[in-house]
Amino acid sequence: MSSALASFSQTTQRWLAAKPALLIGLLIIGFWIVIALTVHLWAPYDPLKIVARKLQPPSLQHWLGTDALGRDVLVRTFYGARYSLAIAAAVVFCSVLIGSVLGALSGFFGGWTDSVIMRVVDVTLAFPPVLLAMSIAASLGPGLQNAALAVIVVWWPVYARLMRGQVLDVISRDHIEAARAGGASRFRLLTKHVLPLSWTPTIISATMDFGQVVLLAASLSFIGLGAQPPTPEWGSMISDGAAYFYSWWIAFGPGIAILSLGLGFNFIGDSLRDILDPRQGGR
Amino acid sequence: MRNYVLRRLISFPLLLLGVATFAFLLSHLTQADPLAALVSERQMNNPDVVEATKRRWGLDKSLPEQYLIYVGNLVTGDLGISFRTRRPVLTDIAERLPATLELVIFAMLFGTVSGVGLGVLASRFQGRPIDSAARLFALFGSTVPVFWSGLLLLYILSVKFGVIPGPGRLDARSVAPEFVTGLYTVDALIAGQFSTFLNALHHLLLPAFVLGWSVMGIISRLVRASMLDALGQDYILAARAKGAGERRTLLRHALPNAMIPTLTIIGYSFAYLITGAVLTEAVFAWPGIGSYAVDSARTLDYPAIIGVSLVGASAFLLANLATDVAYAYANPRIKLG
Repeated sequence: MSSALASFSQTTQRWLAAKPALLIGLLIIGFWIVIALTVHLWAPYDPLKIVARKLQPPSLQHWLGTDALGRDVLVRTFYGARYSLAIAAAVVFCSVLIGSVLGALSGFFGGWTDSVIMRVVDVTLAFPPVLLAMSIAASLGPGLQNAALAVIVVWWPVYARLMRGQVLDVISRDHIEAARAGGASRFRLLTKHVLPLSWTPTIISATMDFGQVVLLAASLSFIGLGAQPPTPEWGSMISDGAAYFYSWWIAFGPGIAILSLGLGFNFIGDSLRDILDPRQGGR
Repeated sequence: MRNYVLRRLISFPLLLLGVATFAFLLSHLTQADPLAALVSERQMNNPDVVEATKRRWGLDKSLPEQYLIYVGNLVTGDLGISFRTRRPVLTDIAERLPATLELVIFAMLFGTVSGVGLGVLASRFQGRPIDSAARLFALFGSTVPVFWSGLLLLYILSVKFGVIPGPGRLDARSVAPEFVTGLYTVDALIAGQFSTFLNALHHLLLPAFVLGWSVMGIISRLVRASMLDALGQDYILAARAKGAGERRTLLRHALPNAMIPTLTIIGYSFAYLITGAVLTEAVFAWPGIGSYAVDSARTLDYPAIIGVSLVGASAFLLANLATDVAYAYANPRIKLG
């Protein structure tokens, strides 16, 4: 047991040494996760309370200044991590689940199942993502949950297409034929033989997409369709900053936060691809 | 080949119908009440006003009826009437399309040229600091929120340094050139108003950079990968053996081959541009269909937002079709299934 653990930690160390980008990515994401989980324990100010004069530039008391009402921007940015990370996790999880199940069924059964699912995928992917998400969020009504729902509707087809292609590829291999000849049921064939070999591209792609999902959800809030005031969500904070254009510090923190999450997930995804899928590596 | 193009052309209107159906269903299966956008809060208690408004906008008909009317209207180019502007959506869009086109064209030019440049540079110096710097700069572009970078750059360059004009397509004192194409830069040149041309160009610089930066990453990433692929081929060895210089090897022998896969991504990155244009326009008060979409979404004006989505989706599908056909001509080896 201990030797297994040691070899695991050795492998991990080798990865981290070979891939500085992976380390940086993990540090960035780890930083934001810790902030999101603990901010309520140590934050000096309440993110919703007015704690100083309004529109104060950065100072020692308020490192990123105060917003149009006099709330601390840095504390609000830290609290914003909760919303963005929670939305991104929920959206990616649901999209991967829906997309993978439908994509796997599509590739595995073929025929009209395939046709119906793939036509829905084609039509959904024909829309520019932000416009579709905006239409959905607008018709569902403004709000954080509706914005998340809108992003899921926009996002799942990507994974459906990915999983379908992967299943079609795996299913044509010889060992599947052997399992079929051995009398495996269709259900067993799909769950025990095809799916375990089809996951890798989805995992890589989902990791890379985290940052994009954070960005899309923040875009909806920026437009006014996502989080509503006084929620300290990054997109709506940037929208506040746009309204008070000359107080640049209001939008500064949330923008850096979105950017850093995007970079972090990209670094991790890139390194994961090199490790899990060496054929595609080095690009 | 002709079969392939024909098949794509036939499936195009079907996809459009799917897109229209999807948009229509979505906005009708939800609880958001379009009446709230049409009738003032006080009048909502007045059944006569509510009834009349419903009849006027066709909201009293059954869902299938509304759908048939909608699709029938679409075929004749009627996208409905905006709740907000009370004008035909198609008129609104047509009026604002040139502003978006101008922005997207300049952003595309910037994104493509700099993306290819960065990609070539990165492949030439593979594994060295220049490579990492180029990749990082490109990655920043595809990760940074355009509504944030636009805001911040506008503040720094316009307010702090005054080298970039404020939001909008022209200075307040400039008069729009006579309408020919609707692209201010082109129209100004046609009218021979050189100062207006410079002013329009000046106003385009920052939004086009912000928007173009977002696709630069995708393009440079692929150019780098295909350049590395091409540089490993035998014909590069042959070119070097016969004494071709480094620049000639890169630009004349490797780049044209690397451009074939790049062509596809340039076409597809159109979708990112449409997406980015929506948010860029909102920041720069750019009077295009992007800011129209944002204003419509905010006021739950669903004929307008569906109209914009339809136009966006058609533009996107057309761009993909054009890309695939161009790809087929550029690379006769591939078979299109």
